[in-house]
Amino acid sequence: MGNVLVVAEHLHGKFPKTTLVSVAAGKQAASLAGGKCIAAVLGQGIDGLANELAQYGVDVVAVDGAPFAHYLADAYTAAIAQIVKQKDVEIVVAAATAMGKDLLPRVAARLGAGMASEVTAIDDARTFKRPMYAGNAIATVQIEGSPRVVSVRTTAFDAAAKSTQKGAVEKLSVTPDANSTRMQFVEFAETKSDRPVLTEARIVCSGGRGLKNGENFTIYLEPLCDVLGAAMGASRAAVDAGFVPNDLQVGQTGKVVAPSLYIAVGISGAIQHLAGMKDSKVIVAINKDEEAPIFQIADYGLVADLFKAVPELTEEVKKLKSA
Amino acid sequence: MKILVTVKRVPDPETIIKIGADGAGISTDNVKWVINPFDEIAIEEALRIKEKVPGTEVVLVSLGQKTSQEQLRTGLAMGADRAVLVLSDQPLEPLAVARVLAKIVETEKADLLVMGKQAIDDDSNCVGQMLAELLGWPQATFASKVELGADQKSAKVTREVDGGLETVAVPLPAVVTADLRLNEPRYASLPGIMKARKKELKEIPVADLGVDVAPRLKIVKLETPPKRTGGRKVGSVQELVKMLHEEAKVI
Repeated sequence: MGNVLVVAEHLHGKFPKTTLVSVAAGKQAASLAGGKCIAAVLGQGIDGLANELAQYGVDVVAVDGAPFAHYLADAYTAAIAQIVKQKDVEIVVAAATAMGKDLLPRVAARLGAGMASEVTAIDDARTFKRPMYAGNAIATVQIEGSPRVVSVRTTAFDAAAKSTQKGAVEKLSVTPDANSTRMQFVEFAETKSDRPVLTEARIVCSGGRGLKNGENFTIYLEPLCDVLGAAMGASRAAVDAGFVPNDLQVGQTGKVVAPSLYIAVGISGAIQHLAGMKDSKVIVAINKDEEAPIFQIADYGLVADLFKAVPELTEEVKKLKSA
Repeated sequence: MKILVTVKRVPDPETIIKIGADGAGISTDNVKWVINPFDEIAIEEALRIKEKVPGTEVVLVSLGQKTSQEQLRTGLAMGADRAVLVLSDQPLEPLAVARVLAKIVETEKADLLVMGKQAIDDDSNCVGQMLAELLGWPQATFASKVELGADQKSAKVTREVDGGLETVAVPLPAVVTADLRLNEPRYASLPGIMKARKKELKEIPVADLGVDVAPRLKIVKLETPPKRTGGRKVGSVQELVKMLHEEAKVI
């Protein structure tokens, strides 16, 4: 009987929603594997985080120390591998965030484990569903042997809720080996924004090449985001052109989102963009080209000049909200 | 210095993917094959280093069927020096690919490995990280900027991560995986294409490497995802807002 280990990512002393989603997926995997769900939290000065994590009904292993002050793939891999051995872990789970994507393959290689990326469903303890070819095919994959490693797509599972049964917290001391302390953190240039996080927002408004420049994102798209309480996203074309920072990119190789409402403004709808948003509940497309592929998947399409339609939409929503 | 760059043959990203009759792979009829776009960026980055650091050799490595020669020749035409093709009729999973590449890296004694961050066919985003671990090397994935130290013994890499840009420092040898914003890959020139024909392209059957490539990951089934039914148009902004409020109830 094997346990499931969830690697719990944190930022600024908090667990983002993506982490709570990975905890939920880990619990599901544990019940299918007939084992316990354990969560690992790594960092420096993380007692508070470890206690908070235990409130989600999982046992927590806290690895506290200077080598883990910043996330680094090599040191984290050493720690996770040690926990896997000590805790009889059969499945290692993390959210498919930038950190999860960077870390888990390295963990899998150290453990000699089979790995499935961006899993969207857990059929049983070794069978998983995952998208391939930019979401144009859904593969059911089976991983042999133990342990097994899976990163989970954060739009595919609900976030874990706090439980009345608090888990136990255990501290584990880890000293990474010489091969695992070569990477050095230099700096993190954070994109500051008061808007909701792209992967957590209920509404996302994304802009594409149709907006023509970065200034127009500020003039046209930001007021719409603000009146809707929406996160701002962008197509790859807009990011490549330097209109907006890279972490706003929605698509196959950017962020995958599935909000209640996705408004695509001046986005044509390339395959790789659709891969990042087609599971949204309601999709709206505003584009002046009525042949744009985005209209084929949009629930509501508006063929219009975005520079007229978007300010009008912002006004109408404002009216609605004040009514 | 010696830089190894990995190259994968994948369907053109604009190709409409259809599931094959066997339900285990895609139909390859009418598929146009290209270098994985991220690998093209990796090749470009290696070539830029070669232009700055005299005496640098850029070696391409691919793993697949004989047809991958085509993508390697394209990479050679861009300016890489020579290529190695590890022949395998079976598609291999990321860990097996990483093991094969680790073997090649050991023989070639590379100082730097530049790879695409993910292949756009299976979208696994695994091999670079796995390879770094197998070699005991540091990794700098999702790179948008690579600065080599003056002595070429270290690198400072800016990475595209959630919420911003992170910079890490790594000693070489190391694995760097390329993200979209790292550079704009060049096109092969006509003289480049002529020269590429004469460059070395060595083929090695995967069995000759003595690497464990036994699958641990099996595709049981491949399905087309449920189709979204869209296509409805509204006539005005007012109508759109009304629909979103009264019908969809999302605002």
